[in-house]
Formats: sequence, C-alpha cells, structure tokens
Amino acid sequence: MIDFELSDEQQMIRDSVGAFAIEQMRPAAREADETGKIPAALVEQLWQLGVVQSAIPEKFGGAGDARSAVTGAVIAEELGYGDIALATHALAPRLFTFPILEAGSDAQRERYLKPFGADKFVPATAALMEPRFDFDTTMLATSVRRDGAGLVLSGKKCFVPLAADSEAILVYASSDTNAGYKGVEGFIVLRNAPGLTISEREKNMGFKALATYGIELKDCKVGPEARLGGEGGIDFSRIMSETRVAIAALGVGMARAAYDYAREYAKERRAFGAPIAQKQAIAFILADMAIEVDASRLLVWEAAWELDRGEDALASSYLAKNYVANSVLKICDNAVQVLGGHGYIREHPVELWLRNARGLATLEGLATV
Amino acid sequence: MIDFEIEPSVVKRVKMFHMVADGVMRPISREYDEKEHVEPEQYFQTMWAANAMAGSSIDAAKKESDAPARNPMRNLYTVITTEELCWGDAGLFLATPNAGLGGAAVMAAGTAEQKERFLSRFRSGQPKWGAMAITEPGFGSDSSQVTTTATREGDDYVLNGTKIFCTGGDRAAKSEGFIVVWATVDRSVGRPGIKPFVVEHGTPGMTVVRTENKLGIRASDTAAIVFDNCRIPKDHLLGSPEVRKEGGFKDVMATFDATRPIVAAMAIGVGRAALDFVRDFLKQQNIQVRYGISPRRLTALERDFMEMEVQLKAARLLTWRAAWMMDVGKHNNLEASMAKAKAGLAVTQITQKAVELLGPLGYSRELLVEKWMRDAKINDIFEGTQQINMLIVARRILGYSSRELN
Repeated sequence: MIDFELSDEQQMIRDSVGAFAIEQMRPAAREADETGKIPAALVEQLWQLGVVQSAIPEKFGGAGDARSAVTGAVIAEELGYGDIALATHALAPRLFTFPILEAGSDAQRERYLKPFGADKFVPATAALMEPRFDFDTTMLATSVRRDGAGLVLSGKKCFVPLAADSEAILVYASSDTNAGYKGVEGFIVLRNAPGLTISEREKNMGFKALATYGIELKDCKVGPEARLGGEGGIDFSRIMSETRVAIAALGVGMARAAYDYAREYAKERRAFGAPIAQKQAIAFILADMAIEVDASRLLVWEAAWELDRGEDALASSYLAKNYVANSVLKICDNAVQVLGGHGYIREHPVELWLRNARGLATLEGLATV
Repeated sequence: MIDFEIEPSVVKRVKMFHMVADGVMRPISREYDEKEHVEPEQYFQTMWAANAMAGSSIDAAKKESDAPARNPMRNLYTVITTEELCWGDAGLFLATPNAGLGGAAVMAAGTAEQKERFLSRFRSGQPKWGAMAITEPGFGSDSSQVTTTATREGDDYVLNGTKIFCTGGDRAAKSEGFIVVWATVDRSVGRPGIKPFVVEHGTPGMTVVRTENKLGIRASDTAAIVFDNCRIPKDHLLGSPEVRKEGGFKDVMATFDATRPIVAAMAIGVGRAALDFVRDFLKQQNIQVRYGISPRRLTALERDFMEMEVQLKAARLLTWRAAWMMDVGKHNNLEASMAKAKAGLAVTQITQKAVELLGPLGYSRELLVEKWMRDAKINDIFEGTQQINMLIVARRILGYSSRELN
C-alpha cells in the first residue's frame, strides 16, 4: 500500500547520520576542499558510521545487515548534506565490496571481504569511468581478452577514488562492446599487478577532498580467479542502477543543503527595507528549490524501492539520476545567486556546492547503495 | 515503510476507470471539443447510471466521515482514479454529473443536516450537478475581494452580484442541482465576512447569462451568473451564521487542500495521455528510447521524451504524497501547493512538447494531441494559479504571513 513514511529505524538512522553530517562533516568541508586532505581522525569517524561494514557478513567481522537501497538512499542523502566529497570517500570501499557481495564466488568473498571487518578505514575502490569526452557505460573502451588460461586487460580509467591507497581495484572492462551492459565484466586487480599503473592524483573542479586517480592497464595480466562471479559474471546493469541511486541520493542531500542555506541567508539579508526573502523574485527561487528537492528525493526513493523489490530499475534510476543531476545543479547555482556577490567568495559553502554539483552530473559509478 | 505499490483492489478499480476513459470518453472526445456548447446527453446518462451503481463519491465521503476506517486511503484513491478519467478526457471529466466543487464545499462547511439536505439528491433521479461560484470579474486569485453581497432580510438572505468562471454552473442551474456562492455579509470586515451560500436551481434572481468559449476543456461548461435580488432561506448559509474570525471562508479554503491534489491529478492524466501517445508513436516508427546510455549521446528526441516522462513521474509522486498526507491525517497545505504548482507547469510543458515532437501531425485536429495541449493549460490556472501556489509554498517554507510576502 502506498506509503511515504520511513520506518522508525530508518528515521533514527537518518537523524543520527544527519547529526554527524552537520556536526562533524560540515565544519571540515571547506578546509578539506582547499587542501585536498581529510583529517585522519575524521576518516576514522566516517568509518565508524559503519556504512561499509554493515553489509559485510558477520563471520568476517561485519554486521551482516541485509542491504536496502531505500535505507542506503536515506544515508547517502544525509552524508551528501554534510559534504559530498567526504561522503564519497566514506562510501568508496563499497564500490569494491558491494559487487563482490552480490556476485562474488565463495572464494572471492572469503578472500576480498574479510579485511572490511577491521576497525580502521580500509580504502578500496572500483574503476569505471574512462578519460574520453564520449565516455559511455554501455560502450566501455577498457577491454578484456583471453590469453591462454589467463585474461588480459587493456585501457585507461579515470576518476578512480582512493586508487593509490587501495590494495585491490575492481576494474570494469568489456569483452564485447556491441553487447552493451551484457558484455561488461568486473576484474579484481591487485595494485601490484603487472601492467597496472596509477597516475598522479587528479585535479578536479570540485570533489577536491576526494583523492581520485587515473589508472592505465597495459596488457595487464590477471588470473581467471580475478574475474568477478566466475563464469556467471556480474549483473552490470543492476550495479549501474545501484550507483545511479546512490549518486542521486547524495545529490539530493547537497541540494537540500544549498536550499537550506540560501533560505536562511535570504531571511536575514536585507535590501530595500526588508529581508530579500520577502521579494517575490527571491521567494520564488526558494519555492522552486523546495519543490525540486522533494521531487528529486521521491524519484530516488522510487528507483531505490524498485531495486529493493528485485525489479529492473534501469529506467527509473536513469531518469532519476539525470533529473537530480539537473535539479541539483540548478539549485546550487540558484543558491550562489541568492547570496549574490557573497556567494561567489570561497567562504560561504554555496560556490563549493555548485562546483560539486557539476561533478555530480558528470561522474558515474562514484558511489553505490 | 516506503511503498509505491497500488494495492490490487485499487488496481482493479483503475482498470474499470480506464475502460470508461478509453471506451466512453475517448470516442466522443473530439466531437464535444468541436461542439463546445452541445450537451453530451448520452455521456451524462452513462456516467450517472455508473455512478448510481458504484455509489456516489459524496455518499462514500459521507460514509467515510461517519466511519473513517471504511475507506482509509480515500484521497489517494480519488487522485489515482481522477488521473485515469482525465487520461480519457479532462473536459468530460469536469462535465460528469455529480456534486462537484459545490458538494465539496457542503462537505467542508455544512452541518450534518445540510449535508443530507443538499447531497442526498445525488443518489437518485436524473443527472444533476453541484457547482461553486467564487471568481468575479474584478478578482480571481485575490478571493478576499468578494463584492457579491448577502444581505439579511428577515428569515432570508438576498444575494446581489456577478460571478464568472463557474465550472458546471450552467448545468447546475438547469438540473436539480445547486450552486454554492461566496458572498459577503459585511464588506467592512474583509475575509471573515465572506460566507458560502447554497442557491438552489430555479431560484428567482439567479441567471446564467453566458457560458464561455474556451481554449480547452470545452465539454465543461464555464458559466457567468448574475444574482439580482436573489432570495434564499437563511438556512442556506453553510455552517454557522456568526461573523467569526474562523469559519466560513477558512472552511472553504480548506477544501482546496483536498482539491489541489485532485486538480494536479487531472493535469497528470492529460499529461499521461500525451506521453502514452508519443511513446506508442515512437514504437510504431521503430524509434528507440535508450535508457542507460551516456546522456550526452541521447538524440534530441530521446532527451525530450525522457524529460516528459520524468517530469510527469515527479509531478505524480508529489501529488500522491499530498493526497496520502490527507489520508493519514497530516496537514498538507505546503505539499498540496507543491504538487499543484509542479503538475500545472510540468503538464503544460509536456503537452506542448508532445505537439512539437509530432511535427505537422501534432498540429492537426485529426489527432487528439493538440486538444490535450489546450486541455492541459487550465490546470496551471484554476484552483490556484501556479504563481499563487508558488507564493503559498514560499510563505510556508519561509514562515511568512500573506502580509509579509505577497
């Protein structure tokens, strides 16, 4: 039966992650963006939220919780409300663990999930995006071919979070570019694999606190045990739906942050004898923001709900992500606009959110639920 | 728990409504759009008989107010079925003989005795209509500017003034129906003086002087009504006669919190008609809409179609939420206005885009697409324009009164 209310547990999770976002993440966001560094203590606090360990089986030291995309969206929204770069740092290891949880063989789960029950942050990641203007997840240029018993990976990836600190990277490559998602497989590549090089840290417009890297695979040889899911492979379409929902949820959080900030500023800032919020031009911008935050959230929840029901969420997650990409960019742009000249200075957070918002639209596979 | 599934019993009802939309409304859609002031008598009889079988919605509403447990998701149900009927034809939907907005006003502001007296007629007899008359030549959005007066004379009130844009007013006056008229008992006190009065069909002094020629929803009659010393009994004033700061005006304004999601649902029905048509058309032309590819590689057509699709989804989710909130007893003034503002604008754009995408075919009156664009536009205007709804949203989110933000 149609219901728009979160469960009691989800509300508690939302409130506690939300409090953490405001109290711990937000105050650190500007410095982290300026320096490109996240304080080690904050990284460990992010780890203690448990977003990676929750789904790790108990026998490996995790909480063994069932995954819920809706709950994941709720958490991602609150983390995004705090800071999206810090959020994606915290969520990055799931890019590695979640596909292995879904598709890994027993041996792969045993070998690669065990470290994540630790009580310190374990960097891990996946490599999806490629440095081409016409990058398309349905036409990956990174390829895999058989070589005797082994496999050879070739190609270039970019925007790989935390690659330099990760023991292993889940690399997506295509065995058949004509097969779209069906031709895509995942390969667990160790950092020291021959033929794998990791570039210098990338310099991005936003998400600057998140360390991202390019990687190059030059005839990178891996054994058959590296292929995620063995002969069965992976459900790459579902993995893509999960990343879209996560990124969109992060975006809803950041959009809400921008809306809240602009609204409160407009109620204080005076011009022509009254708070600027009492002028229709500003009031209507804020009203539009409020509507679009809510609309964006509902679209994300619908796609997440379909994932939780085991349905094909391709269309709904794709539409939701694209909608949020546009809405969060517009909302953050309007937030800068409402603050006027002050919005342009790297002191208020709104310019940071605008730079991040543009990244949210471009970046794929940066987080998952 | 978050859930977007319509329960099976409702899905069944929706299928029935769809049969009405597709089998009864669509075949006569073009005809009554072209013949604007001709009464679709057969349609009236068909819908009246179907209503009698199902039990009128006002009946159900009355039962619900006696026993809320009987129909716990009433507003959501209404929103879902309204979408389906307006997918058929929004003008015919509004023209359907029932208690309409007049009935909604009676339900919102009337005493139990008045509800029985004015609404029981919708259970039997010939097709009849209820209507509500608010707008006057001098105002639409600024409803505190009512100039129609209701002067107490002995045991009667005497109404004088002019109302325009009264949906269903002509049919209400010509059938065994009634019109709820907003008139002021005391102009000097402003809003608290504005009260809802029931004027029965055939009351001397009430004259429908005109039915408008409109851009769309042409099957629905939009009446201009003159009240010239129109005398009604004092017990036709809905609710309480005292001029209080609360009551009357506020009661009827509260009906808008319930009707806004329904008007949003009307828009969504029209928008979906256009979307479904374009989707089917593209399929027939073997034009693919490729979900999943890099958005930058979408053709302009795919991008436009997906934008139509997602805007409609967004509008629908906001509308369902507003209706659900009413059903679970949450105050939904903000969310109802969000839904109406979003749906009105989105569906205006969706239907205009549908005409655009179909090129020369979209412009022809051989297809219904151009009609849907004309039908859609009203939803951005009546029952609170987009701008008024944005103003309401802005006031709520900022905590401002109408004096502080206008």
